Amino acid sequence: MGVLYLVPIFCGDARDLVAPLAAKLASVFRLRVEQHPPSFDPELAFDAARGQYNSRLLLRQLLNQQGGATRILGVAGVDLFIPVLTYVFGEAQLDGPAAVVSSYRLDAQLYGLPANRELLFQRLVKEAVHELGHTFNLVHCHRPGCVMLSSPYVEGIDQKSEQFCDACLRSLRQAG
Amino acid sequence: MATTSGRILIVDDEYSVRDSLYHWFRKDGYQVQSAENAAAALKVLQDQRFEVILLDIKMPGMDGMELQQHIQQIDPQAAVIMITAFASVDTAVRALKQGAFDYVTKPIDPDELSHLVLRAMEQRRLREENSQLRETIDGLVAVDEIIGDSPPMRKVLELVEHVAKTDATVLILGESGTGKEVIARAIHANSRRRYFPVVAVNCGALPENLLESELFGHEKGAFTGAQFRRKGKIEMADGGTLFLDEVGAINTKMQVDLLRVLETREVTRIGGGRPIKVDFRVICATNENLEAAVREGRFREDFYYRINVFTIELPPLRARRSDIPALANHFMHRFASQMDKRITQINPEAMELLSAHDWPGNVRELSNAIERAMVVGVPPAIRPEDLPLRKPIRNDLPADQSLAEMEKRHIAAVLERAGGNVTQAAEILQVDRVTVYNKIKKYGLRT
Repeated sequence: MGVLYLVPIFCGDARDLVAPLAAKLASVFRLRVEQHPPSFDPELAFDAARGQYNSRLLLRQLLNQQGGATRILGVAGVDLFIPVLTYVFGEAQLDGPAAVVSSYRLDAQLYGLPANRELLFQRLVKEAVHELGHTFNLVHCHRPGCVMLSSPYVEGIDQKSEQFCDACLRSLRQAG
Repeated sequence: MATTSGRILIVDDEYSVRDSLYHWFRKDGYQVQSAENAAAALKVLQDQRFEVILLDIKMPGMDGMELQQHIQQIDPQAAVIMITAFASVDTAVRALKQGAFDYVTKPIDPDELSHLVLRAMEQRRLREENSQLRETIDGLVAVDEIIGDSPPMRKVLELVEHVAKTDATVLILGESGTGKEVIARAIHANSRRRYFPVVAVNCGALPENLLESELFGHEKGAFTGAQFRRKGKIEMADGGTLFLDEVGAINTKMQVDLLRVLETREVTRIGGGRPIKVDFRVICATNENLEAAVREGRFREDFYYRINVFTIELPPLRARRSDIPALANHFMHRFASQMDKRITQINPEAMELLSAHDWPGNVRELSNAIERAMVVGVPPAIRPEDLPLRKPIRNDLPADQSLAEMEKRHIAAVLERAGGNVTQAAEILQVDRVTVYNKIKKYGLRT
C-alpha cells in the first residue's frame, strides 16, 4: 500500500482537523497516511507585499520532502496565492506527487458568518480530495456534484460532493 | 472527466506568472504553451494556432500592444486577453480598439479568469462557425441559381446529384459564362463537406509567382515581402472543397507540385520544411480543350488524368434556348430587388429577342444584358429597345446553314469590326481571349 504524507503548515485553529482529514483521505485514496512536520521553512513562501503565501513555492518545498511517499499534501491554515490570481484554495501538480490545500478561505468566519467547524471540515475534505485528484492526472470535471468540479468560491465547494463521478473514478483507478 | 478543450498561449516575461498560469490552465484541461517575450511568441505562432492568447503588456523589447497587432495579422480570429499590473484607461481602450477580447489587471479573481477564458474560447468557436456557415450559405444559394429545365441541364443536374455524394475529383468543362463556378458550388453544397469551406482560386487571374503563394501559402521570410506566415488556399480548404477555375492556366511546374499534393494530401508552404496534412475535395474547371493542350505539351498528361476523374460538360446557352426565359426572369427579379425598381416583366417581343440571340458569352452575357436593360428600362416591363441586342434578321439566314457556320460568320464579322484585334473582339463578344483564339483555330479564321 502506498503512503500519503500529510504536512501541516501554520494550521493554527484548524490543527484539530488534520487527524480526521487523514482518516478520510486514507479511505478515499486507499493510502496509508502519515503526518510529518514541514522539513522546510514555510516563511520562504511568504509574500510580504500581498500578505499571502505563494503556493507554487510551497509545492516545490513539499516536493523536496516527498522521500518515499506516493503523494505529499501540505495542509495550510494561511492564505495561498499564485501570481496573477487574487487567491487559490489549493494547488497541485498535474500527475505529480505534491499538492497543498488551505483552510483559510474555507472558514465561514472570513465572510462574516458564524463559525461552523463541521462545514469547514467538509470543505477541507473536498478541496484536499480535489487537489490530490489532480496529482493522479485528473483535470477539472464539468459533471455536477463531482469533486473535481472547479470551484473558485466556497459556495461552489458546498454544492459539490466529496466523491468522484464515475468517469473520474475510472480514470483515478487506472492512474492509481 | 474534462470537457474543456482548446489551446492557450501565455506571453509574459515573468517566469512565475508563466509557470503558475501554465499549471492553472492545464488543470482546466486546456493545452498550454508559454513564451517569455514577443519574439518567442511570434516564433511559436508560426507553426501553431491558439484559441486564446494571454498577453502581458509590459515586456522588454516589443511590448504586448505591438505584439497584439502582429497577432491580428497572423491569426485574426485568436482571442487576445491583455494582462497588466498597471491599469490605465488609455491602454485599455487602445487594446480593445485594436481588437483585444478583454483587458484585465492582475491579480484577478480565479473565477473571473476561468470564465473569461471560457468566453474567449466560445467566441473563437462561434467566429469560426460563422465563417463556415457563410461559406455554406453561399454554396446553398448557388443551388437555387441553377435554373434550367432543358434536357441538357437536367442531365447536368443529375450528374451533380450523383457526384456530390462522392469525393471524386470533378472536371467541369464549358465555355466562358456557362456557370462552371455555380456548378462547383452546387456540388459542394450537396456533399458531405458542405459544412466546411469551399475555397475558389482563379488560376488564370493571377501571375504565376503569386499563384504559387496563393495556393501553397508561405512561411515568414520565404521571399521579399513575406513578413508573416500565411496559409495557402489548399490549407484553407481543409475539410471542404478546393475549386480551381481556369485550371488550364497553371504552368507545368506547378502542375507537378499540385499533382503531388493531390496524391499525398500533404502541402508544404513556400519556404517551409514541414508537410501539412490536408483533407479536401478538388473540383477543376476550364473552357480550354485540355486534350489538345496535352497533345501540344502545354498540359501534363499525368495531371490531366488526375483531375479528369469525373467530367461534367456544361452546354452553351444557345444549346438550351428553352432555359432563356426562366433565366431572364430570374435575373430581372434579382436586379429589380437590388435596384429597387418596379420592373416585373419582360414583354413578349423582348423575350423573343432574348431567345433568338446566340449568347456567345452565355449566361453571364445574358445577366449583363438584363442588368443593362433594368438600368435603362421603364417600369413595368423590359422592352426590346432596352436590350443591347440587334433584332435577328431571319430572312437573311440561309436555311441550310449550320449553327457552327453561323458562329463562324459572327466571329469573323466581329474580328473584322475590331480590325483583327483579338482583345477588342473578346470584349465585343463578351468572352475571354482564350476562347477567341480557340475559335480562330477551330474555324481557321485569320486575324
